[in-house]
Amino acid sequence: MTIALGPVMVASGCGGTGRELAPFLDLDGVAFVTRSVTLDARQGASGPRVVEVSGGLVNAVGLPNPGLEHFLATELPWLVRAGARVFVSVAGSTLGEYADLARRLSRAPGVAGLEVNVGAPDETGLDLFEVREPYHAASVVAAVRREFPADRPVLAKLRPDVSRVVEGARACHEAGATAVVLGNTVPAAFPDGRPGGLSGPAVAPVVLRCLTETARSLPGVPLVACGGVHDAASARLFLGAGAVAVQIGTALLHDPTTVARVAAELGDDA
Amino acid sequence: MTARAATSAREPLHVDGEVIATKKAGAYRLLTIAAPGVPARFRPGNFVALTVAGHVARRAFWIHRIKESSAFGPTLDIVVEPRGPGSRWLAAQPTGTRLAVTGPLGRPFALPKEPVSCLLVGEGYAAAVLFPLAERLRERDCAVTLALAGMDEAHLVSTLEARRSARAVTVITADGSVGSRGTVGEQLPDLLRRSNAAVAYAAGPTAVLRDVARAAETCGAWSQAAVEVPGPCGTGLCHGCPLPVLGEDGVPRIVRACTEGPVVRGDRVRWAEL
Repeated sequence: MTIALGPVMVASGCGGTGRELAPFLDLDGVAFVTRSVTLDARQGASGPRVVEVSGGLVNAVGLPNPGLEHFLATELPWLVRAGARVFVSVAGSTLGEYADLARRLSRAPGVAGLEVNVGAPDETGLDLFEVREPYHAASVVAAVRREFPADRPVLAKLRPDVSRVVEGARACHEAGATAVVLGNTVPAAFPDGRPGGLSGPAVAPVVLRCLTETARSLPGVPLVACGGVHDAASARLFLGAGAVAVQIGTALLHDPTTVARVAAELGDDA
Repeated sequence: MTARAATSAREPLHVDGEVIATKKAGAYRLLTIAAPGVPARFRPGNFVALTVAGHVARRAFWIHRIKESSAFGPTLDIVVEPRGPGSRWLAAQPTGTRLAVTGPLGRPFALPKEPVSCLLVGEGYAAAVLFPLAERLRERDCAVTLALAGMDEAHLVSTLEARRSARAVTVITADGSVGSRGTVGEQLPDLLRRSNAAVAYAAGPTAVLRDVARAAETCGAWSQAAVEVPGPCGTGLCHGCPLPVLGEDGVPRIVRACTEGPVVRGDRVRWAEL
């Protein structure tokens, strides 16, 4: 299966529900990855959820979302009406939950694909299925792939674990992932010691390392880079290193027009 | 995939702005910013998010005033308290500094449909948001009582201007350097009684907002609180500013302070969890 994603996507968790991004970006045709959706609603973490540090942000938002039913009734139809190519990020506590999410989303009109969140910086605090072992991440992808139509893409979003990222990417691809997203937030800590994930310009070199190693080892696997993309130059860096697309997240919190700006500049290259 | 020009008069804009005036105001800095299109969309209670050089997160500031300016078109004023690296950088910028401005953002104050008495309570720099509200209420023939509080005289916002915005003004300082010595909480029952307020509006630290909400509820008045929860974007994209509230259906929820707020009904906030 070929995959046409790019070159610029909205990263999970940084596009709001879509409505908040719409004043700054025409969503028609945009590959929009939703915040991670779980079967049941989650309130998310208590504050402070996001703290600025040198070169980025540390966050522990806690996957706040209204649950699948509410998402299907409100957020998804709005995004579909806006013309977005909707990739629903899914997260679950068990393999069965992932499979259930995939099965129900496969019947929902307008879902272009799924992104399986197997890269949260700290699954334990979120009560998510443990995916640090590549075998477990692959099990999740396989469970989702079995329930989701073969002609629609399933992305596996891995944590940028530099020591095992190739292994993880290979396992997820063999389990049926159409493409692998590298990476996510890097495990980090708030100044008070609470666990969180680091994002922003500081993680770009980490993601680049993961990307180059994986691209060299797995030349046939489509890779999407996510981490530290904030302008056309950083996007070109990842695309030149082998990514088929880039996702933009934290930069949107700095400048909500970033996706449109980067896409336009990359388009000028053509 | 293109940038979109906001079409609704209520949608925020992201524009290239410019600092066109800056002056010291006690402990604060008053910045006048040209931000094309933003002032025309403003409603009292809105804020703007400013991009600060060298920082990933943006900084949010209440809009203090909209001014007509012949040279730059309408401009907006913000009050900056230099506290962290971002606000210190901003306060130090000279005229001519270019800034990315996103706004106006957030849910504004709800205005009463009838001309009723209103009490506006503000402490510190956050009181800035109450001045355009006072003007809007006066346009609706509401009797406006304004209480301004701060730790000392230097931490009061625009006390001279306050006399033009409200029928009655009360000044409260913690050290007694000007006005009454004490805290907002101590003087609230008297303020509510004297103003006979049907609606109380509050801006300031959490303790002040909570005190106003509770006192108003005790008196049978409505309250609206302009809540500040730290968040990096101000636009609702990141879900990073959780505000615990009680929904209309009585179910506890966490909403985003920047989009479902920052102005919320005081009796809906679960203050103990802030």
